[in-house]
Amino acid sequence: MKPAFSVIFLTTLIGAGQGLLIALTAGQLYAGGGSGGFYALGGALALALLCLGLVASVFHLSNPQRGWRAATRWRTSWLSREVILLPVLCGLVFLYAVIHAFGWAPVVIRLGNGATLDLPLVLGLLATLASLALFVCTGMIYACVRFIRQWASGWTVVNYLMMGLASGFTLAAAYAQLQDNALAGFLAGSAVLLTLLALATRAFQLWRNATGQPRSTLKSAIGLHHSQIRQVTQGFMGSSFNTVEFVAPGGAETVKGLSVFFLAVGFVAPAALLLAGLPVLAFLCQFVGLLAERWVFFAAGSHVQNLYYQARG
Amino acid sequence: MSKKQLALVIDLNVCVGCHACVTSCKEWNTSGWAGPLPDLNPYGADPNGVFFNRVQTYECGTFPDTETIHFPKSCLHCEEPPCVPVCPTGASYKREEDGIVLVDYDKCIGCKYCSWSCPYGAREFDPVQGVMKKCTLCVDRIYDKTLEEDRRKPACVLACPASARIFGDINDPNSEAAKAIRDNGGFQLMPEWGSKPANHYLPRRKTTTTLHPDELVRVDNPLKAEGEKPRPAFTTPTIDGASSW
Repeated sequence: MKPAFSVIFLTTLIGAGQGLLIALTAGQLYAGGGSGGFYALGGALALALLCLGLVASVFHLSNPQRGWRAATRWRTSWLSREVILLPVLCGLVFLYAVIHAFGWAPVVIRLGNGATLDLPLVLGLLATLASLALFVCTGMIYACVRFIRQWASGWTVVNYLMMGLASGFTLAAAYAQLQDNALAGFLAGSAVLLTLLALATRAFQLWRNATGQPRSTLKSAIGLHHSQIRQVTQGFMGSSFNTVEFVAPGGAETVKGLSVFFLAVGFVAPAALLLAGLPVLAFLCQFVGLLAERWVFFAAGSHVQNLYYQARG
Repeated sequence: MSKKQLALVIDLNVCVGCHACVTSCKEWNTSGWAGPLPDLNPYGADPNGVFFNRVQTYECGTFPDTETIHFPKSCLHCEEPPCVPVCPTGASYKREEDGIVLVDYDKCIGCKYCSWSCPYGAREFDPVQGVMKKCTLCVDRIYDKTLEEDRRKPACVLACPASARIFGDINDPNSEAAKAIRDNGGFQLMPEWGSKPANHYLPRRKTTTTLHPDELVRVDNPLKAEGEKPRPAFTTPTIDGASSW
């Protein structure tokens, strides 16, 4: 498939934003509540990433002025569900940041064992839930395309979640270190674990895609039951939507090379940099790696319809 | 099964690959309800345009035992269209009354998600209008009361010089289309995806000829004297067409 840069930036940016938000909430739980400028500024950073993602997504549409219509089919379309959930999450994060900025922390829920949940934490947990749901929506947009076998599995959702968490926690660690916050160690440790876990699940998907078999053949595509069929012509001389949209520029060599690149730069190097106590550098390195990862994810998808476009001329 | 489902039945045994359906489809639709259909760089090295119907050519077997198959393909108007539920705006829809799958160009945002969800590559994006386009089964023709009744058919069906295309309600057992599917073993493309395409194809029929060796030899030339006729003298009168020079 032809990689769409708008979608590459959308998914990596909101992934990091969602991960950052979950990291902040995890930090809040770990440190036992608390409020203030650290969380407010972190929330604002997450909100900025989400909004940048929204801006990137608009470039994917040919008619963005009708974008609002994309929220109408939430019953059947994962894309529609994402379109609804993203602004909802933005709203929650805005509230989260504002409440933290004012340091307003009334107790909302009193648990049976005497523990309490204050408003900032409840908002953090709500935003975490929305973030997780958004990860599922974003992943399912690709996982439900049955005709691209590289995408059509639960591993797509798992990887979107894992990479979002890894980059978000790395960003949180970098942010905590810059702010000289006590949570820096906890966040950096979690980021290393999540990055390595993301490496494992993504590497598994690479292996799974490399060994899988396509479900359709030219035989079933044109319904001709002969053991030797070859296409003589596509019926036209130039290119068409079908020969451009479903083909990755650069070919298999580029995909292979970039796969090695993103495994090293997106996962291995950031984990090493985090362990070396350089979380800012780790995040920058990881983000570049994840951009390459998303490019490969698109480019490695081979669509069933390509069966009809095997010979040029 | 009682619901109406208009569709095309294409006889692969008859299609000669003349592309008349391609050009008539383009002509009708570019000036009709779905148009205009762009043609970018039409006279350049890499022309690129939107077509609803394309004819491809396949060859099976190894030389000299080969067979050429011309294969027209357009939107198959699936009974379970995978392109419809993924559309976030509801621009892609399947009509209740006749089963035609259409795109509402005023709602389409051009996200291309539906084209990813079509295994047949039947949808083509119009980069000028920024919307997805596809075969409409000439919905603006087949219900046009100003046309004579036998002309209320898709443009490709009317244009086919070999009558390789049959149009009709495949769920009506008495229709010509349903009969053709039933009698000739009509099949669907890629049935493994469960999209139940409404358009059917009629299979190639196996035709065999038995050749005896003596049929390959000219019986009126027992001396096997092939080759050029002798060149007559310069003064001999000539008759055009009868002379060999």
